[in-house]
Amino acid sequence: MIAIYTLWLREVKKYFRSKSRIIGSLGQPLLFLVALGFGLGPIFKAAGQGDYIQFLVPGIISMSILFLAIFSGISVIWDRQFGYLKETLVAPVPRWQIMFGRTLGGATVAVLQGIIVFAISFAFGFRIHSFGLFLEAFVFMSLVALIFTALGTAIASVLEDMHGFQLIMNFLVMPIFFLSGALFPLAGLPKVLKTIVMFDPMSYGVDGLRGTLGGISQFGLFTDFWILSVIVVVLISVGSYVFSKIQV
Amino acid sequence: MDNIIEIKNLTKKFKNFTAVDGITFDVKKGEIFSFLGPNGAGKTTTIKMLTTLASPTSGSILINGFDPAKQQNQARASFGIVFQDPSLDDELTAYENLNMHGMLYKIKVKERRERIKQLLNFVELWDRKDDLVKHFSGGMKRRLEIARGFLHHPKILFLDEPTIGLDPQTRNHIWEYLKKMNKEEGTTVFLTTHYMEEAEKVSSRIAIIDHGKIIAQGTSEELKKSTKTNSLEEAFLKLTGSEIREETVKNQVMTGHARVWRK
Repeated sequence: MIAIYTLWLREVKKYFRSKSRIIGSLGQPLLFLVALGFGLGPIFKAAGQGDYIQFLVPGIISMSILFLAIFSGISVIWDRQFGYLKETLVAPVPRWQIMFGRTLGGATVAVLQGIIVFAISFAFGFRIHSFGLFLEAFVFMSLVALIFTALGTAIASVLEDMHGFQLIMNFLVMPIFFLSGALFPLAGLPKVLKTIVMFDPMSYGVDGLRGTLGGISQFGLFTDFWILSVIVVVLISVGSYVFSKIQV
Repeated sequence: MDNIIEIKNLTKKFKNFTAVDGITFDVKKGEIFSFLGPNGAGKTTTIKMLTTLASPTSGSILINGFDPAKQQNQARASFGIVFQDPSLDDELTAYENLNMHGMLYKIKVKERRERIKQLLNFVELWDRKDDLVKHFSGGMKRRLEIARGFLHHPKILFLDEPTIGLDPQTRNHIWEYLKKMNKEEGTTVFLTTHYMEEAEKVSSRIAIIDHGKIIAQGTSEELKKSTKTNSLEEAFLKLTGSEIREETVKNQVMTGHARVWRK
């Protein structure tokens, strides 16, 4: 178990050490809150949907978790290029523990980032529905973080260098975010789009957070929780498997 | 048991290329063994198979009595390794790099602290222990990696071209460290290098690999005698020829990447 702790510690230490990374990754969520939150807010209200900031913030928290989690997972590629991966691969511990430790570490960092965005959102007029549900919100953030760190790790385990990075950003991460219902309500969507949204794991994370923080959930918190939990287990298993097959 | 490493008919094939072709040799407990060969001869691939990083196509390996393909964790606990390319975490300090290594090898806290202090003093980096590794020079990084390789009292230390690109001062120091640890702790040292003089000075026995096959082995005296030459370098050139080699293995791997992305 100490191996899991070691790899977790490494991720967390490096996060706190790199202030520019913490501040840098706040830029995008802030931009979204300002441009979309205030830009589309009046239309949203005119359409009778209520306060857009209130609707948007859980989506933006999920987005910052998604991005940081994927990047943490992808860092396997950096470690491969800078050589540290080999050091962990020859250590006398089962490879799944190495993968699990990295994933927990990456997910922890992503959740921390989510909490920072959450705190900042109060300055934008976000009001939490009930503080009693904060623990549940934390659970949803953690599930989203675990899913996408594991996904990033799995992808990075089969790639050999950063050439595929643009591919992953444009054909995986961006669609996961934009098609998750983070920015728009599901009611009245074209059928095709709605189906796609239903197949996006992120949708359930966004919905779970919206349910706990904002008090409105489309699928129900229980459904969100189970779907996310199953995906976590599947992705961590798949990720451990492909990670344990890495040959350098 | 006299032999700490036993290799029989070891072969590694990539798609249409045989990197290691049925090699057989032993390394004796407590010796410094040099594994020499031109670029692309199969040295690094062999080390990867010995250290559980790649699986053999056929043949057998015993490391400290364990099969690296099946008893991975016992085999891994038996050796330390200094890779050809750097493998430190630049964003961590020297101390943290060693400490995390000690944690991964399950060394108890107190023992870990003492051992790290001993080894950092040994490679003359104790006063830089809290500096981030990214501020270190190439030679300092190498020394730190050597300290890390010895940290868990391995039975065998593998070093893949440990002195490449370093100044003569650092190279000399590194060989001193290795000889000293070999003597004091009885660690078997398995190394590859292109510096023939250094190999001649430190190693008790030498094997030469070319085109994936062992073409000669013995002490440097024996190699010189059998080739009727005066230095190991001449013996090496006589055995392996003097034309320049392409790094076939790397080329193979790189076309492999290209193929992945074309899909």
